[in-house]
Amino acid sequence: MKRVYVNEKWCLGCHLCEYYCAFANTGMKDMAKALCNLEIRPRIRIEEQDDISFAVSCRHCDEPLCVKSCITGALSRENGVIVIDSDKCVGCFTCILACPYGAISQSETGAIQKCELCAKTNDGIPQCVAGCPNGAIVFEDRG
Amino acid sequence: MKYLIIGNSAAAVGAVEGIRQIDKSGQITVISSEPHHTYSRPLISYLLLGKTDRQKMRYRPDDFYSVNGCECIFGKNVLSINVKNKTVSLDDGRSICYDKLLIATGSVPFIPETEGQEKVKNSFTFMSLDDADALGKAINAGSRVLIIGAGLIGLKCAEGIAGRVKSITVVDLSDRVLSSILDAEGSEILGRHIESKGISFILGQSVLRYGENEALLSKGGSVPFDVLVTAVGVRPNTSLLSAIEPSYERGIVTDDEMHTVIPDVYAAGDCTQSLDVSSGKNRVLALLPNAYRQGECAGISMAGGKKPFDRAVPMNAIGFFGLHVVTAGSYTGEVFERKAEGSYKKLFYDKGFLKGFIMIGDVNKAGIYTSLIQNGIPLSDIDFELVCEKPSLMAFSRKYRDEKLGGVRQ
Amino acid sequence: MPINFIYPEFEIVRDESQCIRCRACERQCANEVHGYDSERNAMESDELKCVNCHRCVLLCPTRALKIIRTDHTFRENANWNEDAIKEIYMQAGSGGVLLSSMGNPKNYPVYWDKILINASQVTNPPIDPLREPMETKTFLGKKPEKIGRSDDGTLKVNTSPQLELELPVMFSAMSYGSISYNAHESMARAAQSLGTYYNTGEGGLHEDFYKYGKNTIVQVASGRFGVYLDYLNAGAAIEIKMGQGAKPGIGGHLPGAKIVGDIAKTRMIPEGSDAISPAPHHDIYSIEDLRQLVYSLKEATQNKKPVIVKVAAVHNIAAIASGIARSGADIIAIDGFRGGTGAAPTRIRDNVGIPIELALASVDTRLRDEGIRSSVSLVAGGSIRNSADVVKAIALGADAVYIATGAMLALGCHLCRNCQSGKCNWGIATQRPDLVKRLNPELGHQRLINLLNAWKHEIKEMMGGMGINSIEALKGNRLMLRGVGLNEKELEILGIMHAGD
Repeated sequence: MKRVYVNEKWCLGCHLCEYYCAFANTGMKDMAKALCNLEIRPRIRIEEQDDISFAVSCRHCDEPLCVKSCITGALSRENGVIVIDSDKCVGCFTCILACPYGAISQSETGAIQKCELCAKTNDGIPQCVAGCPNGAIVFEDRG
Repeated sequence: MKYLIIGNSAAAVGAVEGIRQIDKSGQITVISSEPHHTYSRPLISYLLLGKTDRQKMRYRPDDFYSVNGCECIFGKNVLSINVKNKTVSLDDGRSICYDKLLIATGSVPFIPETEGQEKVKNSFTFMSLDDADALGKAINAGSRVLIIGAGLIGLKCAEGIAGRVKSITVVDLSDRVLSSILDAEGSEILGRHIESKGISFILGQSVLRYGENEALLSKGGSVPFDVLVTAVGVRPNTSLLSAIEPSYERGIVTDDEMHTVIPDVYAAGDCTQSLDVSSGKNRVLALLPNAYRQGECAGISMAGGKKPFDRAVPMNAIGFFGLHVVTAGSYTGEVFERKAEGSYKKLFYDKGFLKGFIMIGDVNKAGIYTSLIQNGIPLSDIDFELVCEKPSLMAFSRKYRDEKLGGVRQ
Repeated sequence: MPINFIYPEFEIVRDESQCIRCRACERQCANEVHGYDSERNAMESDELKCVNCHRCVLLCPTRALKIIRTDHTFRENANWNEDAIKEIYMQAGSGGVLLSSMGNPKNYPVYWDKILINASQVTNPPIDPLREPMETKTFLGKKPEKIGRSDDGTLKVNTSPQLELELPVMFSAMSYGSISYNAHESMARAAQSLGTYYNTGEGGLHEDFYKYGKNTIVQVASGRFGVYLDYLNAGAAIEIKMGQGAKPGIGGHLPGAKIVGDIAKTRMIPEGSDAISPAPHHDIYSIEDLRQLVYSLKEATQNKKPVIVKVAAVHNIAAIASGIARSGADIIAIDGFRGGTGAAPTRIRDNVGIPIELALASVDTRLRDEGIRSSVSLVAGGSIRNSADVVKAIALGADAVYIATGAMLALGCHLCRNCQSGKCNWGIATQRPDLVKRLNPELGHQRLINLLNAWKHEIKEMMGGMGINSIEALKGNRLMLRGVGLNEKELEILGIMHAGD
C-alpha cells in the first residue's frame, strides 16, 4: 500500500506541510480564508532542533497499537489506512498513550485527529506530499 | 473447527478478529450473559454524561457478527465447562460443544461485606450497560449520591452523573484519589480539580455501617444519601475455571499464546494475569487495550497461527472534567519531574530503562514514553535528557527515524 | 552615515488579506528579510536585505507575496543612470572593487536574437521528427584528415579519443565550492542519464562523484586544485581552463572561509586557506607552453582522453584558437562575455570580452581558412539560453555548446546575482548545510533532464523544418541563418546573409 515516507535529509523545516495539511482538512477552497488567524492543528507535525528537522505523521502501522487500544472502536483500518470515526471518539486519548510516534493529537472538537492520507478528501493525494517544496515527504508503495 | 467464546467485550472481539485472520470459515459462537451487541464498557460514564449514545457505544459496527460469521447466544449464562467432553452448559439447559474455547469473562465488581448493606434500596455497581441504565433511572436532580471508591470507576461514575444530581460524595479508604495509578502529588492535582467541579471527597475512611439512607463512617460522622454506588474495585471473573483450577482465583494463568493448562482452553482479557514488562511481575492488567491484544493473540493461536502476547504494561488514559491523565508502567526507580501551569509530568527510570510515567494536563505524544517502556529501549540509545523534557522522535537515533519515518530497511 | 544609505532596490508587497502568518517566508530567507511581530500578529520585512531571489514568493502557500522594483528614483539622466550613480556611492563609501556574479547584464546586442533560422518550403521538403529518424548525436575530438586503407584493403583506424554526446549540449565548468555538492550531484546524474557531460570546474572531483566519471570532464586550471593522477584518469576528458567569459584576464579567489570540510579535501588544500587561481598559468606563456601541458596530460592518461582548452572570447580570439588547434588540443571551448560566474569584479564582467556569436563565427571561419577545422572540435558557451540558440550556434560552426546559467535556472536559480554572498536561498551557490539541502538532487537532476529533453524535441523540430535529419549536417551550415538589423560588418563576421537576401 502507498504510505507517506519522510526523508529528513531533505526536510527544510519550512512547516509548509503542516499548513497544507491543516488546509486540506478544513475542506475549504481558499487557503487564506481557511487559515487566516487560525492556530492550526495539523495532522503532520515538524520536529526540529538545531539543523535537524523532520515531519511526523501516522505511519499506518501494520500492527496498529492505536486501533487495538481504542476503547470505542472509533479507530479502524480500512484498506490499510487507519481511519477515525470522529463521532464515536470520546477523546479518552488512549491512542495518544499508545502511539509510539506521537502521531495522534487532539482536535478542536476534543476528539482525536490523525493523518488519514487525505483518503477522505483531496482525492487521496496527501497534501503534505503535494506541498513539500523539496521532495522530503513522498507517497510511495514500497510493498 | 468450532470456536466458542464466552464473553462479548474487547477480548472476545479481539479473538473473533484474530481467528478470522487465519481461519475464514471455522464456526464461531459467542456467548454472553448480557443481551447486547458488543459495546465499550468504559463508555458507560460517557453515556450518562450524554457524550455518547447506545449506537455510538457499539465497539464494532452493527454487521460485525454477520461479517465475521459468528453465531451469537446473548443473554445466557454459562454454568459450567466440561473439559473432558469439550462442552459448556448454559442456564437454558443447552449444552454446546467446542474444539477451541476462549474464556473472556472479564471481571466482576468487588463488594465488601458491610453491615446494613441489605437495607440500602438504591444500591448500584458501575460496570455494565445495565448498571448504567439502572443508575440513570434511579437518579434525579434532587439525588444525593454516595460513591464508595475514588478509583477509575468511582470517579468516572461521578463525572458521568455530576450535572444530573444534587450532590456527590466520594468515600475512599485511601487518603487520596486514584491511588492505584497516581502518585501523591498527581492525586492532589486531580482531586482538587474534581473538587472544583462540586464533588466532595471523604478520604482515609471507610463505611462502617449502612442505614437505609445513611452511611456511618469509620472515623465517626455520617453521610446521608439517596443513591449508593459501590466502586471499590473489581476481581477477575474466573468462576468457570476456578471450579477446575482453584489457583486461578487471582486471574487465570496462561502461556504467551493465551493457552491455559487445560487443553484447547484459552483465556484472555480482564480475567487473566499477564506479565507486566515494566515490573517483571505477573499481574491482572484489567485494561481494554490489553484485553483486545490478548484476545487477538488467543484467536490467532486457536486458529493455528502464532502470535505471542508480549510487551504488556499497565496503561491508563482517562479524563475528568476536561483534565487529561495518562499513566503507564510502574513507579519505581529514579524520578524526573516537570511541573508547569496546568500540567504535571513524572517519569520513573531504573537501571537505564524507563519504567513508568504520569502525565496530567499535557499528554501530547505520551505514546513515545509508552514505547520506551514496552520495547525496553535502553535510555543510553537515546537522548534521554531531551526525551524527559519533551517526548519526541528527535531524541532517537537517525537510524531509528530513517527506519520508522523514512521506511529505510536496515 | 546617511550618505552611505542606498535606498532598497526592491519592495516586498505582502497582501495582508492573503497572509496566514505561516512564516515560511521568514524561515526560508537566508538574508533575514522577513520577521514576525507577535504583538501585532503580523509579518514584517526589511527590504534593505532583499536580493529579489523569489524564494519567499514561490514558497508562500497563499501567493501573498510579490517583489516589485521600487519607484524611488533619481532624477532622470541618460548618461548618469541609476547604477552608475549608486556605484559611485558604494565605492566612495567602501574604497573597494565592486563584485558581481552571474553573467554580464548590460544592454549589449544579443546576436542570437538578430539571427533567424530557415525552413524548407515546396522544393526541399521538411522532415517530421515524429515520423522519421532524426540524429542529434555528435562526437567531439580530432577527426582524421583523410581515410586511409592498409595494404590488405581494410580501413585504417587511428581516430583520436572522442566524446560521444547524445545531444550537443554539455554542462559547463562550475567548481565544487562555487556551487554546492547537491548542484554537482544533480548535474552528474543528469549528464549520465542524458548521455552528455558535466564539468568539475577547478575545484577537483568529490570522491562521491568518481562513479559518474564516464560523464565527467575534469578541469585543470591555473590553481591546479584537486589535480592528481586519479583525478585526470577519472574523467572522460580533461579541460585546461585558460580563461572564463565572465572575467577574461583575471584569476579566481575562493575565500578561506569557504574552504572547509569536503571542499578543502576535494581541492587538496588546507582548510581555511584562500584558494587563489592566478590570472595566468605560471607555466604557460606561449602556444608551445600550452602544447607541453596538453601533451603532459595526454601522457598521464595514456592518450585515452581528449584534451579541451577553454578560453574566453576576446578580441583576437581567431588567432588564439588557431594556436590552440596547433597545440595538440582536441577540443576548443570558447566562452563568450555573457558567461556566468560565482563572483567577478563588476567592471571586468561588464566590460571585458566579446559576444560568443561573433567569436564563434570568426574562429570557425579562421580554422576553415587555415584548413585545420577538422583537427579540433569547437564548443561554444556564454549564455546559450534555449534550443534556438543551440541551433544557431551549431549552424555558425560549433560542434556543441556549453550551458551553465540555464542549468542553474533549471535547478531553481532566480538570477538574483548574489552568488558571492554565499547565502544562495536555492541551495546552489552556497556551502551552508541548511541551504545546500534545499536542492534535492532527486528533483534537481530530473529538472535538468526535463530541460534538455525539451530542447532535444525542439532542436529536432527545427532541424526537421530545415529538412536536415542529422546535427552533423547542420554544423557550420550558415546558409540556414539570416541576419536581421545587422550591419554589413556584423554580417561579414557572422558569415551570414541578411534576411531577404
